[in-house]
Amino acid sequence: MDYVIEMLNIRKEFPGIVANDNITLQLKPGEIHALLGENGAGKSTLMNVLFGLYQPEKGEIKVKGKPVRITDPNIANDLGIGMVHQHFMLVDRFTVTENIILGKETTKGGKIDIKKAEKEVREISERYGLAVDPQAKISDISVGMQQRVEILKTLYRGAEILIFDEPTAVLTPQEIKELIQIMKTLIQEGKSIILITHKLKEIMEVCDRVTVIRKGVGIGTVNVTETNPNELASLMVGREVTFKTDKTDSKPQEQVLEIHDLNVKDSRGLGVVNNLNLNVRAGEIVGIAGVDGNGQSELIEAITGLRKSESGSIKLNGKEIVNMSPRKVTETGVGHIPQDRHKHGLVLDFPIGENMVLQTYYKAPFSKKGVLNFKEIYSKAKKLIKEFDVRTPSEYTLARALSGGNQQKAIIGREIDRNPDLLIAAQPTRGLDVGAIEYIHKRLIEQRDQGKAVLLISFELDEIMNVSDRIAVIYEGEIVAVVDPKQTTEQELGLLMAGSKRKEAGGENHV
Amino acid sequence: MSNRMKNIVVPLVAVLLGVLVGTIIMVATGYNAGSAFIALWNGAFGEIYYTGEVVRQVTPYILAGLAVAFAFRTGLFNIGVEGQLIVGWLAAVWVGVAFELPKFIHLPLAVLAAAAAGAMWAFIPGLLKAKFKVHEVIVTIMMNYVALHVTNYIIRTVLSEKSDRTEMIAESASLRSPFLEGLTDYSRLHWGILIALACVFIMWFLLEKTSKGYELRAVGFNQHASEYAGMSVSKNIILSMVISGAFAGLAGAMEALGTFGYAAIKGGFTGVGFDGIAVALLGGNGPIGIIFAALLFGSLKVGALNMPLEAGVPNELVDIIIALIVFFVAASYMIRIFIDRISKKGVK
Repeated sequence: MDYVIEMLNIRKEFPGIVANDNITLQLKPGEIHALLGENGAGKSTLMNVLFGLYQPEKGEIKVKGKPVRITDPNIANDLGIGMVHQHFMLVDRFTVTENIILGKETTKGGKIDIKKAEKEVREISERYGLAVDPQAKISDISVGMQQRVEILKTLYRGAEILIFDEPTAVLTPQEIKELIQIMKTLIQEGKSIILITHKLKEIMEVCDRVTVIRKGVGIGTVNVTETNPNELASLMVGREVTFKTDKTDSKPQEQVLEIHDLNVKDSRGLGVVNNLNLNVRAGEIVGIAGVDGNGQSELIEAITGLRKSESGSIKLNGKEIVNMSPRKVTETGVGHIPQDRHKHGLVLDFPIGENMVLQTYYKAPFSKKGVLNFKEIYSKAKKLIKEFDVRTPSEYTLARALSGGNQQKAIIGREIDRNPDLLIAAQPTRGLDVGAIEYIHKRLIEQRDQGKAVLLISFELDEIMNVSDRIAVIYEGEIVAVVDPKQTTEQELGLLMAGSKRKEAGGENHV
Repeated sequence: MSNRMKNIVVPLVAVLLGVLVGTIIMVATGYNAGSAFIALWNGAFGEIYYTGEVVRQVTPYILAGLAVAFAFRTGLFNIGVEGQLIVGWLAAVWVGVAFELPKFIHLPLAVLAAAAAGAMWAFIPGLLKAKFKVHEVIVTIMMNYVALHVTNYIIRTVLSEKSDRTEMIAESASLRSPFLEGLTDYSRLHWGILIALACVFIMWFLLEKTSKGYELRAVGFNQHASEYAGMSVSKNIILSMVISGAFAGLAGAMEALGTFGYAAIKGGFTGVGFDGIAVALLGGNGPIGIIFAALLFGSLKVGALNMPLEAGVPNELVDIIIALIVFFVAASYMIRIFIDRISKKGVK
């Protein structure tokens, strides 16, 4: 048996587009096989074909050498194919065990035998080193743990082949490390894995082979040992990609953002931003490095007026903006690329064109005496779509229908076009592929070069190191150190982010 | 099939299925379905008088449907249209009996009073929702009962002397039209239909063409993004309820100033407000859809009155058919899948 799964020359069409064209993917037993491609390249479509959610127009699927027809996910399950979805399919109020047995309950006299199920779950969990508490409620456990529950779910159903759909997108660096360990254990126990991703680092670290698809077309399969990130990136994007962001030294000018002794409480009433001090000048990018949950979100919300500040001052160009309404803050000259583009950045059920005027719809020329001027709105949208390379069938397409990268480009276009003095970019490249990341970094630097102040918040150290001119490290709601990216290392930053060296850095609190 | 086509075909199929199952029920219970439907048709369109009555019935249906749809389009469920309609009715009658003014002042004043009363009645749940996150469905349902009993009390003690109805409104506040009545063989058709159609236009224009409507729709779809973009979510929730309530109040004005000309003690709800939910649902919450849905329900309601007379079939059967139509619209997912299957086969 050479391959456990063979997808040969798969073609899948949707009305108007060919999502997969002539893609071949062959999975060897006991390997981690990466499926690499940009957002919208057709990775998910291909996996949905394998999982029985879509029927291919052409091509053949073989499992362990035998041709099969997978017409629904139950058949995929029976064939030993399990999928760990990017967006977890869990019932929040159920326990881990209840979630795992859902749809496959073991019953005793009509009653669910939860004790037996718990024992089984515990056994599997121990065998693969998952360390999941079978009795915990989903709502009480971390995202990383929830993902393990998803993995357990597939194992409980007897999966031999596991498909991971962008598993690291939602994880912290520490959780990513643990996940990689789990994947290696799975392989040792005889499972095979398909890893859908666009993160080259992960591929180089754990995968054996990579199949690359670009714009729906299969580009080929390569051995990881015989390639490098640069080659993979250009295979994926179809052109050369630079990883080092080119930029000249910053020429910081006058202070744009001055935050002094800011205190903010979170929704539970706990102080999460504590006497924070931070300055950003025109013509520089200040990166905020920190582990998720150290007050970054609340800090941005306080600056943009979405959350009340308890005390302290936030000045924009010398003007006090603390506790102003979001609209006032926006009008004073703040642009904001929000962390969660679906929740805050876009009205997904509006056409992309109408999303382009989300903050400016009430102003001339988009609105005159309270009546919208759609001609102006859509011509603006058209211009931005072109300028920021937003790939969409038209400006009338619903924002929901765009891929993540294109949604993000649309938001960035909208925010930059308003010409704000301060641009706040929160996790601007989260979940995006290298092509889009490169593009977004370029745009941020371009803003800096035009004399704007840019505040970048990211959990990706690479991004912080690459793009920032200064790095402010946040820990428990305080800026504990400000360092020069050229003179620091990931190790030093990692230590600072974990709260060590706090005392030494204390004296430099005032940026 | 395009989405647009589907949005038209799905309600049509729902109506057909409703009629079909209604027929089965009639046959199963031993009635002659054929003659029942002929009687239904004759009762709605057989004579010009009936047609006039249909249009009269359609008028408050359109407005009630608009009220439900407007709230729905902005993310709210206004189940309180019935209550807002009742207070609108009372307010219109109140102004109608209390003043003696020239028609061009009196009539608009009475109409506006109804809109204002409905708006005020809807303002309360809107405020509670915006400020304290109290779910509007609960509050609006409760407000229906409050409206029913408060208006009954006012009719009995303030607007009459322990009588069960008010006086007739002054001629100067009436929507009645001898011209339209004459045209339709003395039906109760009145000028209100023009107000209803104007409101259809207003709803469309407000939601689709104005910056306020843009805001309302944005808040309806995504409160977080709206807040991020600088819109006031609570103000928009309240405004949406107020506008919705104003439409409902106008529906009440149609009954007060057009159909009846007085307000009477009610033992129960008029049902028009609740039917408005069905109208909005069948009409896909769009202005044009609402006109057609109101037309359908209006003709069913009026035509049903002829069924016992002409075919000996109880008119409650029409209520069953309406309920079935609503059921099939609500279950439209089923129909959509069915259509998808058929059109796929057609392509192959």
